[in-house]
Amino acid sequence: MYLPTPRGPLSSALVPVLRGPVPGDDDAAPALPVADALAASTDLLEDDDVQLALFCLYELHYRGFEDVDDRWEWEPGLLRARRRLEDAFEAELRERIKVPDAHGLDQAGVAETLFTMAAAETGPGLARYVGKKASEGQLKELLVQRSLYQLKEADPHTWAVPRLAGGPKAALVEIQADEYGGGDPERMHAALFAQTMRGLGLDDAYGRYIEELPAITLASLNAMSLFGLHRRLRGAVAGHLAAFEMTSSLPNRFYGNGFRRHGHGPETTLYFDEHVEADAVHEQIAGRDLAGGLARDEPELVPDILFGAAVCLALDDAVAEHIMSAWQAGRSSLRAG
Amino acid sequence: MLDDPDLPPVPRAPRPAVIVACPDGPLLVRGDAEIRDDAGELVPRRRATVALCRCGASAIKPWCDGSHKATGFTTR
Repeated sequence: MYLPTPRGPLSSALVPVLRGPVPGDDDAAPALPVADALAASTDLLEDDDVQLALFCLYELHYRGFEDVDDRWEWEPGLLRARRRLEDAFEAELRERIKVPDAHGLDQAGVAETLFTMAAAETGPGLARYVGKKASEGQLKELLVQRSLYQLKEADPHTWAVPRLAGGPKAALVEIQADEYGGGDPERMHAALFAQTMRGLGLDDAYGRYIEELPAITLASLNAMSLFGLHRRLRGAVAGHLAAFEMTSSLPNRFYGNGFRRHGHGPETTLYFDEHVEADAVHEQIAGRDLAGGLARDEPELVPDILFGAAVCLALDDAVAEHIMSAWQAGRSSLRAG
Repeated sequence: MLDDPDLPPVPRAPRPAVIVACPDGPLLVRGDAEIRDDAGELVPRRRATVALCRCGASAIKPWCDGSHKATGFTTR
């Protein structure tokens, strides 16, 4: 993908910096108005400028940008800017998102608490709406909203593999191996999602629709990168993945039905059908062996396990709310690209 | 080289079947286990670890589809 169009003062400063040469040891650090952007922000999760800038900084660690020198990934000035944005983002998440009491939870207790949290998250009914009512245009919109993550599905959680050991590591790899197709690139979940996009006439190039994605969609993806890229937050990755898997099987059945309702064939709905089956397996492994196992091995991580799960649920809900409120008002949930 | 077709296949070590009964959930099956339907036909297994429905409500039996969470199925 190429660098996106800036959405405010911070991304307007960052984008041209990234297009330029990487500074040498004696050069000044790139000047970025991070403090100003944070001070001016009224709602960090809905802040297009901040979330886009953070997305760009994270993307350097994934696939990068065609028009950016790969060496920017470890440029200290950028890392410093990223840390300030991350500190503010994490503080915002910790302040706003309610987390259940972690006191005294053992392995089984953590799994049970995660299942209870996921079950309590009823959301605005996006999956049921898609199953029964969404128009063909809204189905496309849903795919566009998900495309930035789903075309690299599972990647943010994979960062945690070398940060874990023993049972939790085996559990994470067991899940991720399945996410990546069990050795078959065509069964890779990201590849199945690309197939679904093509089935609706959408472009499956990674990052193709970034201009149209609202801040809250970027924020939900940025939270995964935040957890994945910090060893300190490995508990949050485990909790995030568990909550993600626990809220997947049933909604994906509705999503699949929505696409079948519009006459889309099995190749297009395979992504959803695969998730109904796969995530019923993954949620057990993620809840009991990954998150529960981590709670057993490193009990001090239990509060972060629950924090990661709560963030997953709250941000998924916020994205669904954004989409549903737009649709109910007869609008598109996407930005005018 | 390693991909020489004349080389004999390396025998794979058997992996005994292990079944975990998940509280309020499915039976998680790992290892070498054949899953067969009531006619004795092998049910193709698309993943290394599978979850068998235990609540009876799954729409994709014999596999679990998470329906036990919606029906309030309990094993306790």
